[in-house]
Amino acid sequence: MSILVTPQTRVLVQGITGAFGARHAQLSLAYGTQIVAGVTPGKGGQLFDNKVPIFDTVAEAVKQTGATASAIFVPPAFAADAIFEGVDAGLELVVCITEGIPVNDMVKVRRVLEDQRTRLIGPNCPGIVTPGEGRDSHGGCRIGISPGYIHKKGHIGVVSRSGTLTYEAVWQLTCRGVGQSTCIGIGGDPVNGTSHLDAIKLFDADPETHGIIMIGEIGGAAEEEAAEWIRSHCRKPVAGFIAGATAPPGRRMGHAGAIVSGGKGTAAAKIAAFKEAGIAVAPTPSEMAETLLKMM
Amino acid sequence: MNIHEYQARQLLAQYGVAMPAGDVCDTPEQARQLANQLLAGGENLLAVKSQIQAGGRGKGTFKSGFQGGVKVCRTADEVFVNAKAMLGNVLVTKQTGPEGRQVNRVLVVGAPSIQKEFYAAVLLDRSTSRPVLMASAAGGVDIEEVAARTPERIIKESIDPALGLMPYQARKVASRLELRGDLIGQAAKLLQGLYRTWWECDASLVEINPLCLILTREHKLALLAVDAKVSLDDNALYRHPAIQGMRDLAEEAALEIEASKYSLNYIKLDGNIACLVNGAGLAMATMDIIQHFGGRPANFLDVGGGATKEQVAAAFRIILQDPNVKAILVNIFGGIMDCDVIATGIVAAVKETGLKLPLVVRLEGNNVESGNLTLAQSGLTIVRGDSMADAALKVVGSIGSP
Repeated sequence: MSILVTPQTRVLVQGITGAFGARHAQLSLAYGTQIVAGVTPGKGGQLFDNKVPIFDTVAEAVKQTGATASAIFVPPAFAADAIFEGVDAGLELVVCITEGIPVNDMVKVRRVLEDQRTRLIGPNCPGIVTPGEGRDSHGGCRIGISPGYIHKKGHIGVVSRSGTLTYEAVWQLTCRGVGQSTCIGIGGDPVNGTSHLDAIKLFDADPETHGIIMIGEIGGAAEEEAAEWIRSHCRKPVAGFIAGATAPPGRRMGHAGAIVSGGKGTAAAKIAAFKEAGIAVAPTPSEMAETLLKMM
Repeated sequence: MNIHEYQARQLLAQYGVAMPAGDVCDTPEQARQLANQLLAGGENLLAVKSQIQAGGRGKGTFKSGFQGGVKVCRTADEVFVNAKAMLGNVLVTKQTGPEGRQVNRVLVVGAPSIQKEFYAAVLLDRSTSRPVLMASAAGGVDIEEVAARTPERIIKESIDPALGLMPYQARKVASRLELRGDLIGQAAKLLQGLYRTWWECDASLVEINPLCLILTREHKLALLAVDAKVSLDDNALYRHPAIQGMRDLAEEAALEIEASKYSLNYIKLDGNIACLVNGAGLAMATMDIIQHFGGRPANFLDVGGGATKEQVAAAFRIILQDPNVKAILVNIFGGIMDCDVIATGIVAAVKETGLKLPLVVRLEGNNVESGNLTLAQSGLTIVRGDSMADAALKVVGSIGSP
């Protein structure tokens, strides 16, 4: 098994006719993912890549194709609305790739999600991959922008706020012949849908996940929150890394959420919380996989 | 984006937040004229406040030797003299660094008789993904210290974004600040104004420190926002053209402005090993690993997920404008991005800039073999790093003992 998505998951793409959405919809199709519909208002009735039907609304796409998950590639000013549309259509999972969404829009999104069953991953994230069994993990479910070929089907769960650090960890595992159950990038924004803790709980409950790599960075306290839960509940080995030990306080390090403010959200505090919870902390980002494998 | 105090006052005024009378001035003459008006309007004391986007102004020192970026005056002539000493001069405070900031404007405002100082702010509570109103009776001082030493003195009221700050919530906070009588109503109006400023302007922080209980000329107690700080969410600026116009490029580092023109995210640090990386998390991790092996990173630089040849060239030019840089580390995980495209971009940039400094490149990912071949066949002295650790060790080694 895996968490949240399987190779059978039927996926629609919101913003499939934009350059970014189109490129990654094609890559997901090439990876073997069930991309069953696209949504672009005003382009309903057309076909994407000569095979994927495009709809004007998410509701129509869900009704016609049975899609349960979506990938959002719409520009930041329209992204929150796209999430609301996915929630309204009853999707189980919405993965928002868009970077640069206003914080207050996400505050509204979170408020609406409180009463809904839809799970949001992101925004400002690489998405989610459950590797498949084929060559270069072909046949898996890839929602988002991760490179599919770096994955390998297996038993390690990876969760991270950073895209490229996720790829780094996944590639380190794959190069050692170790596969992954599911890899999730939860995104670098201060307000997001799925937290480290949410992902850790899912991995802990997934019988096919045998170990977890959790990658965090400066800003907020989501890593500490996850560590606190891991300390008393998690039954699986967890290795971690925190980026930003050298970041100056008060400066946003690329990600909107990566900022040490008011002395809070430092790498030192997060690393201390990890150690206290029995999470093995990789001394450098080169050793994330190695650190986990030593525990297993 | 940060804005000046006088600009923060403009935003707060739109939402009915009570503040001392006054305005911003560009020249000493203008300051004198405004001072005369304010004194004629009944103010007894005036404050001249340097407008720079850094804290600690009152205790700051001008490079001219003049002491204090905030001065209290009794006469219009005094206002003129102080404004003249500040305008056009560079103010150094504990937050500006030794280079300081040039004061191009001063705020001239009434300086009321202060009875008590409070703190009030609206910001995002990341743990709940909701706005929070924070207040304290310990105002006028460093609130971070209050939070660290006496957290029980910080009042927090979580706000439901669907409803906004309800009047009863504002009154509850006022009551906990031990305000009584009609001050409760005044506080409620002011706090709701802070929240509306935060929400409607897409602010990331609205902070009043101090929020003052003052004695009016009629010997009544009143609440006034005596200092104001507002930061805005960069992602939301597109829907606030007026606020966009408040951006003061003089307050930002020249290299960071240059980088933003190429959609590069650059932050200058004080080390000597420059780095060029794709992805914010990997860029931070690259800085960390340089330090782990005994080096000091010169910058944070994220070229983004789909870096082009032009962006790589611009990144090299920006890095090389920092005179402290002694070596460069390029760390690219080309997931989707073709490593050979990046390698070609690096070779072009090295040739264009005539780079003489040690350069270590670590490429990984899509089409990495071709990328490494392009680097090897370029005829340039480019050291290849096989992993992040290998690359970091090599770049630290290239400059000898740091």
